[in-house]
Amino acid sequence: MKRVYLSLIVVSLLSACASEPQKTQTPVQVEDRTQAPKTTTQSADTRPLTPPVQSVSPLKDPNNVLSKRSVFYDYDSYDVKPEYKSMIEAHGQYLASNPKAKVFLQGNADERGSREYNISLGTKRAESVRKMLSVLGAKEEQMESVSFGEEKPRAECPEESCWSQNRRTDIVYQGE
Amino acid sequence: MTRTRLNKLMCLAALALSCAAFNARAALTIEITGGATLQIPVAIAPFTGEESYPDKLSQIVAADLARSGLFKLIDTAGMPVPRGPQEVRVADWKAKGTVALAIANIVAQPGGKLDVQFRLIDTLRQDQVVQLAGYSLPTSPAQLRLTAHQIADIIFEKLTGDPGAFSTRIAYITKRGPVFDLQVADSDGYNAQTVFSSREPIISPVWSPDGARLAYVAFDQKKPIVYVQNLATGQRQIAANLKGNNSAPAWSPDGRQIAVVLTRDGHSQIYTTNTDGSGLKRLSNSAGIDTEPNWSPDGKYLLFTSDRGGSPQIYRMPSYGGEPVRLTFEGSYNVSPRYSPDGKSFAFIQREGSQFRVAVQDIVSGQVQVLTNNAQDESPSWAPNGKMILYATTVLGRGVLSAVSSDGRVKQKLSTQSGDVREPAWGPLIKPKP
Repeated sequence: MKRVYLSLIVVSLLSACASEPQKTQTPVQVEDRTQAPKTTTQSADTRPLTPPVQSVSPLKDPNNVLSKRSVFYDYDSYDVKPEYKSMIEAHGQYLASNPKAKVFLQGNADERGSREYNISLGTKRAESVRKMLSVLGAKEEQMESVSFGEEKPRAECPEESCWSQNRRTDIVYQGE
Repeated sequence: MTRTRLNKLMCLAALALSCAAFNARAALTIEITGGATLQIPVAIAPFTGEESYPDKLSQIVAADLARSGLFKLIDTAGMPVPRGPQEVRVADWKAKGTVALAIANIVAQPGGKLDVQFRLIDTLRQDQVVQLAGYSLPTSPAQLRLTAHQIADIIFEKLTGDPGAFSTRIAYITKRGPVFDLQVADSDGYNAQTVFSSREPIISPVWSPDGARLAYVAFDQKKPIVYVQNLATGQRQIAANLKGNNSAPAWSPDGRQIAVVLTRDGHSQIYTTNTDGSGLKRLSNSAGIDTEPNWSPDGKYLLFTSDRGGSPQIYRMPSYGGEPVRLTFEGSYNVSPRYSPDGKSFAFIQREGSQFRVAVQDIVSGQVQVLTNNAQDESPSWAPNGKMILYATTVLGRGVLSAVSSDGRVKQKLSTQSGDVREPAWGPLIKPKP
């Protein structure tokens, strides 16, 4: 029995070490602040107030092309298809006229093949969009490309209906 | 493989599980799905003194040998247990078809230490007892499983001529629900321990040549970063965290450097760095994707995957940089190259139609042998003796590990009770301590 306890201690020590780096994730929680202001009373009630009636951000307006954020690709390809060009142009113009706005270009791949190659493929996909935005006037410091490879699938099933959704670049504005 | 043999193996596994309930909880289950056409008949007698310990050494040794697919384990039930070579009745063992018999005594030493006195006896000789191997292995109750694996390695080498790889560890990633665990286990799936856990993906673990550290890629800072972790202390150090992605670590054979893939110049290119992140140097130079570097055992070359020719193919370049040579030409998707331990061939993943399979290519002749027939094989990793290749695959939608002998004949499946297992990395040999 003593051995079991010892093993448990080792495991918990290991997990203590392991969980430490995760603390660095906390500062990333910017999302809440973009919501309506929270009540400042001493109440523990943190429900947001009714959103104030004001103009919706063009990035969030479902009628605005800027609310469209995903570029989809063919298998093993990082060529941007013509149907996405007007959407990317709109984001390029928005970034050029809103120099404080910043975007992450997140490349993704479907699950087939090498995980590492898929990270590289995701990078190429993100870069294909970043370069187009750059040509349209977005500044280098407004953009960062990252790749999740096949690690963060939007849809999970072993067939094309899911794979086609996962071969994608997402345009994500900072603070979203 | 006969049904009785399988049953016997399952009984052994069940026994082992009940004996080591805690260890077994996180263990991988290993199932053999093939065997060599000619198996060496060998008997492992119960070790005298082993009944005092929860792990039955003779059963661990027998399970190791059976799992390799190269041995036929002779039933020892009803046979007298020899306490030394003088008690071995060679003719009785020969009559059972045995070519060699392993016997051992576990002897308690002062200070809680143990000494395992092991002998391998040639049972083909009728007239006299001939010892093929004799070892006195100092150990401790906590190290008994390792000692059993070392004995299996000795038997394997004496009877096949090749070094064994049982006293090794494997690393792999499990995914249960939203949680990713980097685990390390013995080569038989026991003693599994989580060395790093995250709610973000972990990929590409690789062992340092001395087996003391693992390099891997974790997404816990929302993008891929290369870490090096000391297994004894748990201490974790960033080896590469530059703008963009940091991935695909590979240790140099001398353990001083790792090759990594960075996108700091806009797309995936291969760099080398010291393990603390200093001394960064760009090695590859293409407009396309260069990734998955893998060092030759002599340190002179790197294999890598590149799409510079229009489709992902495997190339080789000098480890100081320089002009790459394309090595694969069959098919439009050849990735994940890994040098064999003797440096004469490499394992890789080849797509054929919609199937991704493990293949081995001879470096000099260019000849390719496809070893598996699955749909989604990934991440091949050689056993340090070059006899087996461990890889990840998918069975009924679940990620499992499989292993195939380098001649394609013996196949094993390793799975956990729940969740996915992936990204295997077979560690180096752990030499018996003097």
